[in-house]
Amino acid sequence: METWYWWMLIGMAIVTYIPRAFPLTFLEGRKLPPIVTGVLGNIPYAVLGALIFPAILFVQEGNFLFGLIGAIAAFAIAFAGANVILVVMGSIGVLAVYSLIF
Amino acid sequence: MTFINGIRAGLSIAIGYFPIALTFGLLAKTTGLSMWEATAMSMFVFAGAAQYISLTLISTGVDPILIVLNTFVVNIRHFLMTASLNEKMQPDARWKKAIYAFGVTDETFSVLATQKQNNIRTTYAAGVIVISYGSWVVFTALGHVIGANLPMFLQASMSIALYAMFVGLLVPSMKGNRKVALLALFGALIHSVLYFSGLLSTGWSILVATLGSAILVELLYAKKGRVV
Repeated sequence: METWYWWMLIGMAIVTYIPRAFPLTFLEGRKLPPIVTGVLGNIPYAVLGALIFPAILFVQEGNFLFGLIGAIAAFAIAFAGANVILVVMGSIGVLAVYSLIF
Repeated sequence: MTFINGIRAGLSIAIGYFPIALTFGLLAKTTGLSMWEATAMSMFVFAGAAQYISLTLISTGVDPILIVLNTFVVNIRHFLMTASLNEKMQPDARWKKAIYAFGVTDETFSVLATQKQNNIRTTYAAGVIVISYGSWVVFTALGHVIGANLPMFLQASMSIALYAMFVGLLVPSMKGNRKVALLALFGALIHSVLYFSGLLSTGWSILVATLGSAILVELLYAKKGRVV
């Protein structure tokens, strides 16, 4: 790659950093209206829903069943009350066994 | 809420990043990037989705300026996340916040934002971020070096890791809390509609779905509060 790659990289780094840093450094100490605080407090759960679904179904290209089994395994293990690492390891395990059998 | 607690909480992210970073290193190699070019992207950008998309764009010869612009669009969702995170973090010196802001990804944000207590310590966030970032950078380099030496079936199975982590973070908060369940449901629903209609790119879809769900549920609850 030539020098343009490094310029592009600097550009990518800057535009990634700004949305991460601006609210944390600029909003510090500022009182926001309750409705805004309410919406901001909702964001973690809303974004988790959006990040998980539908992408979890497409973890393997062209194999819908693979993602579905992984999703069911993850939900089942999490619902049983396991902590996050167990949910991750468990669903990897279930899919590993599944792909060894089929 | 010490640095070590943070490391421990970040461990599941580190595990989740392992296959994705490894695959990124691998794909970067096939795209024609040197190990330094691939690793430098993980070091300075630290944004999985944006990095993956940039590889696709590089290989199709898209103008670098457009790649930067696209990176911005994909990552603008972090604006919402850090604005939300700001309400949960302990007040601290601006320069410290400016440093750890660099490490806010979908995953580190999710771990921090779903903590039960408010006033999350800066040192705790540092722990979560250090181990996640370390995993991301090291395994990018390793992926470029070792190629596809992991057994195929294991590589494939690991692609579930990050989503499983999201599920593991979401489900405990959802139990017995209808508002949280509703938020996740609407987020997933709106994203699905945007996804299957192909109306927006992934970065914008997640942004719109998140905001849409967060506002909708807030209004729903505000209205209910007034009636009761």
